Amino acid sequence: MVIVSVAMLILFCMIYLIPGDPAAVALGPRATDAMREGLRIKMGLDKPVWVQFWNFFFAAWQGDLGRDVLSDRLVATVVMEQLPYTLALIFGGISWSVALGIPLGCWAAVERGTMADRIVGVLSVAVIAVPSFVVAIYALLIFAVALRWLPAIGAGEPGDIGDQLVHLILPSLAVGLGWVGYIARMVRASMLEVLESQHIRTARAFGLPERMITYRYALTIAILPTVTLLGVGIGQMLSSAVFAEIVFARPGVGKLVYDAILTRNYPLVTGAVLVTTILFVLLNLLADLIVGALDPRVRSRL
Amino acid sequence: MFAAVSDLRSNERTRTMMRVLREPLGAFGIALVLLMVGGAVFADLLTSHDPSRISPRDRFQAPSLDHLLGTDHLGRDLFSRVLHGGRIALSVALFATATSLAIGVVLGLIAGYGPRWLDAVMLLLFDSIKSFPTVMLALALVTLFGPSLTAVVIVVVLVNVPGYARIIRTQTLALKGSEFVTAAQSMGAGTARILRHHIMPNVISPLLILASMDIPVVIAIEAGMSFLGLGVRPPTPSWGSILNDGFTAIRDTPWIAIAGGLPIILTTLGFTFLGETMRDLFDPRLKRRT
Repeated sequence: MVIVSVAMLILFCMIYLIPGDPAAVALGPRATDAMREGLRIKMGLDKPVWVQFWNFFFAAWQGDLGRDVLSDRLVATVVMEQLPYTLALIFGGISWSVALGIPLGCWAAVERGTMADRIVGVLSVAVIAVPSFVVAIYALLIFAVALRWLPAIGAGEPGDIGDQLVHLILPSLAVGLGWVGYIARMVRASMLEVLESQHIRTARAFGLPERMITYRYALTIAILPTVTLLGVGIGQMLSSAVFAEIVFARPGVGKLVYDAILTRNYPLVTGAVLVTTILFVLLNLLADLIVGALDPRVRSRL
Repeated sequence: MFAAVSDLRSNERTRTMMRVLREPLGAFGIALVLLMVGGAVFADLLTSHDPSRISPRDRFQAPSLDHLLGTDHLGRDLFSRVLHGGRIALSVALFATATSLAIGVVLGLIAGYGPRWLDAVMLLLFDSIKSFPTVMLALALVTLFGPSLTAVVIVVVLVNVPGYARIIRTQTLALKGSEFVTAAQSMGAGTARILRHHIMPNVISPLLILASMDIPVVIAIEAGMSFLGLGVRPPTPSWGSILNDGFTAIRDTPWIAIAGGLPIILTTLGFTFLGETMRDLFDPRLKRRT
């Protein structure tokens, strides 16, 4: 809560320092001085800085983020319209990274020290290192342009879930690929730790099949740190989502902010950045809570 | 005596170099980094084409012996642009990393050694800055300063400093009450002297490794911002802007996008492999940080 407030303060300072008059942008070059002055009063731009900040701060906590300067719609509505697309993209990215990362990490831990382990290790580092927008462009180039397997632009027909999912495959791969590496490494490390522990030794002593020990007893514990990691990762995925939305011409919050900045639509920029920041903080909290629910030891520390 | 000490040091340095080289991944990383740095430094020797010279007759040429990576929509030689773009990428990465190191160390020392309330205020500030997703921060800042290399450096500094300062702060706090600091205090050393001569040398080395591992991240930020048109200005070659040129024409002339992306991939891979190997050799404890 405090962090969000300070973030809002920083955001407000940045917007206040930006050269250019939002009223002038809204009314276009042909507006008269009197019209501009009228809108400035309506937007509260004539009041002292601290009054402006207080108004912004107070309104924002009540969910009023001001109006879109160009279309005069509520910023909150515009952002909320785009948010599901971005959330779907991030969720797709998480699915990719979990679906590939956990089996890879698990396999590397079981085959510890072999060639397979080493290859997974190098691959993880490699996919972590390569920036997501390069992945996005190369994915577009290979699967959409060269092979024509998957669509290149847009988010699919509204209402047609199958079509939307097909449109989600490539962008979410670009968002999630780096996290395959993080998760594989994390799962491998915690698997190795868990496999050494007492209860696994007990399970072995009882003669349970190795496969059951690995997947049923070790993996359920080894997966915990991954949840925390994903909580942190969502912020980075938001960043990658901006690039993925631009490269694949998908609607979403990232594209919204990018377009809003090009048109100097400041209330929209502040509103969207604020919403994503709050979202980021909340998702972190959610990840902590999930870990708490899964692992009783952490709960007492929260 | 001093000569002997420095001799010993350089000897040790060559030994660590040998250790890095013996790891296959480290050697591969060094090779990639040397390749990219060499390409950037000797750009003028390696190609006779001017990176910004426009020649409309040679537009969209596929790779050939004369144009190793082909030409772009203005007929500029892509190989030359990639080499010169390397200069931008590497110098921005070095300059921005050095700046964030300097600021991070100073702020971390102040937060760790200064009064409690200042520490609390600074931590709150760091956390708030960290709560912005990187791209959102970059987009917001570019509205403020306009697209330029300065904006790129500021974004990198804002992204890196909170983490660096936190590490320095924690270690300074741990050293604050230690005996050698108390001894220096009792001998009348001022705060500045204690921080500079007694605390800083002890806290800086893990940070240097982390910072060197952040270099690929910084290169990615520069390329990413230039890709969005928020970084270097158009005539100057940058890997990100080449990638953007290629993205616009991706259906007909895929080689432009390939030429823009390849150096980014190779450089980030090289620095990361090198950094990972060095970290594993020098400070395995850092491995826990993700």
